[in-house]
Amino acid sequence: MLAFTLRRIAISIPVLLISSFVVFVLASAAGDPLDPLLARNPPPPPQTIANETERLRLDDPLLSRYWQWLTGIFQGDFGPSVNPARVIGDEIGDRFLVTLRLIALAMIVALVLAVVVGVVSAVKQYSLVDYGATFFGFLFLSMPAFWLAILLKQAGIEFNLAVGDSVIYTIGEATPNFQGSFGERLADIAGHMVLPTISLALISYAAWSRYQRASMLEVMNSDYIRLARAKGLPQRTVTVRHGLRNALIPLTTVTALDLASIISGAVVTERVFQWRGMGDFLLNAIATDDVYATMAWLLVTATVVILFNLIADLLYAVLDPRIRYA
Amino acid sequence: MPEPTTTTTTPAPGAPAGGAQPGPSGRAEREFTVAERSQFQLVLRRFLQHRLAMVSLVVLVLLVLLAYVGGALWKYKFGEYTPDESEPPSWEHPFGTDSAGRDQFAQVLRGTQISLQIAVLVALFATVVGTIWGAVAGYFGGLVDTLMMRVSDLILTLPLIAVAAMLGHNFGGTWWLIALVIAGLYWAYVSRVARGVVLSLREKEFIEAARALGSSDVRIILRHLVPNALGAIIVNATILIAVAILLETALSYLGFGVTAPDTSLGLLVSEAQTALSTRPWLFYFPGLFIILIALCINFIGDGLRDALDPQQTKVRR
Repeated sequence: MLAFTLRRIAISIPVLLISSFVVFVLASAAGDPLDPLLARNPPPPPQTIANETERLRLDDPLLSRYWQWLTGIFQGDFGPSVNPARVIGDEIGDRFLVTLRLIALAMIVALVLAVVVGVVSAVKQYSLVDYGATFFGFLFLSMPAFWLAILLKQAGIEFNLAVGDSVIYTIGEATPNFQGSFGERLADIAGHMVLPTISLALISYAAWSRYQRASMLEVMNSDYIRLARAKGLPQRTVTVRHGLRNALIPLTTVTALDLASIISGAVVTERVFQWRGMGDFLLNAIATDDVYATMAWLLVTATVVILFNLIADLLYAVLDPRIRYA
Repeated sequence: MPEPTTTTTTPAPGAPAGGAQPGPSGRAEREFTVAERSQFQLVLRRFLQHRLAMVSLVVLVLLVLLAYVGGALWKYKFGEYTPDESEPPSWEHPFGTDSAGRDQFAQVLRGTQISLQIAVLVALFATVVGTIWGAVAGYFGGLVDTLMMRVSDLILTLPLIAVAAMLGHNFGGTWWLIALVIAGLYWAYVSRVARGVVLSLREKEFIEAARALGSSDVRIILRHLVPNALGAIIVNATILIAVAILLETALSYLGFGVTAPDTSLGLLVSEAQTALSTRPWLFYFPGLFIILIALCINFIGDGLRDALDPQQTKVRR
């Protein structure tokens, strides 16, 4: 398995390189980062423009710029931002943690929801529960993430107005300049996470619960389940020990594959709740033609996605003894 | 729907969906035509019996008519300013008006048109390019396959929202450019599906027969492989449409999609979100239309999947 892991990592490196190069070209071609400077009135002195061009490496050829970026990464230098006061490397760490806690929690909630809903609707196939679950699954599948998020945010605001106190946090990932003990700070962060987590989890669970239902149905119709029933095991044991444990295996792959779309969902969710996370970082970078900030986002996100897929593949082998990576 | 009773005998569970059925012994010379028609009729019949999918299809057709015919006949045009500002829904303005006096019904109809147009363009472009790309790669195999699929893989590894937002920021504004951006990223998914189906079809006897008869590669791909792979591709294309509509609305919401003076459902939601407490109708109607369109397409895709896959029918239970 070690050989497999190493080989997978080795394959990922050229993928990461080419993909980062393509994004670099696209980002560099997207617009002139000096536009706001040039549009300034009165116009800035030519020396300022020359300095900015020099600082942002705009006079170097594209390949040279990419090479400088790539070699800079290994020295912990993510390249110059459009905003001179900003050090990309310092900022992205904090933002990554902010987004990580949203995505991790939302995925856990969504997975639990998907497994419960999927199993119940498979065990009670064609019942009212099954039809209800199917309908809501399709509903959330068809719902734009931002619409649901705005709706929940508004519900939170209305609730606060009705109570006359701000019980539910609707803006930001934490109270700015929060003073208090560690426990209070934790509670504050948790409070800010409630609504974004619910909205991201609801958008994500729908597809998974459909998968879980299909895989559970397949398992429950198989011969070894019939055997388990025939030898007189209680229904609960059959469903949970023999059915569910096997039906969970395909979900690992699906979850790993869907991470990229959850990251997209998180970008939108963060925008609605005004979180200062990776999503906000990306959108700002694109809007201001901040090439190196976009690249930093790509690097962090792509690495996480590749690692997560690798972990899912390894987990797959652990869960299913029939799979062996030679 | 006139339907010969003999066609209701479905292929045995597990039989490939696209395979030709040997007809009754007396009609051996018409074997192919009879089998092909019955297969199509079978699929059509199963789809027509799928109640949810049929209802969705009707609703979708009504939505299309509403957006285009209704949009042309409605007394207000999109972008037109009326003297009524910030009015709640009434007979005069079924979806109310915004703070500048624009009729939200006309705006939503225009947004629906844009969403549908983007959906159709993405579906056409992504499906045609993806199918041919995947079919060629799968059919030739070897180095061609490796090279072509590496290109697809590369596109699949690009983070969709970042690249789409970047391209949208650069080329954005008009609906068909947004559609091309989305299609340019989505065809790779279709190519993977098409390649997978073609890989399994390639080894079938009827392909060998076609080759033995001297058919060219182009003919085999277009006349034999693609039609047989169409079922899986159509189902995938349907689901892609729903995803594409949601992506477009998200891009427009973030400000990297369709921009003013044109409008889209995502942009309407984005404009309405700050006034949710005072003018909630501006927010709810475009959102409901997005959900309705995506929901219909998802249900139709589900119905098509059931209709095209003999193993997924309720017969087994």
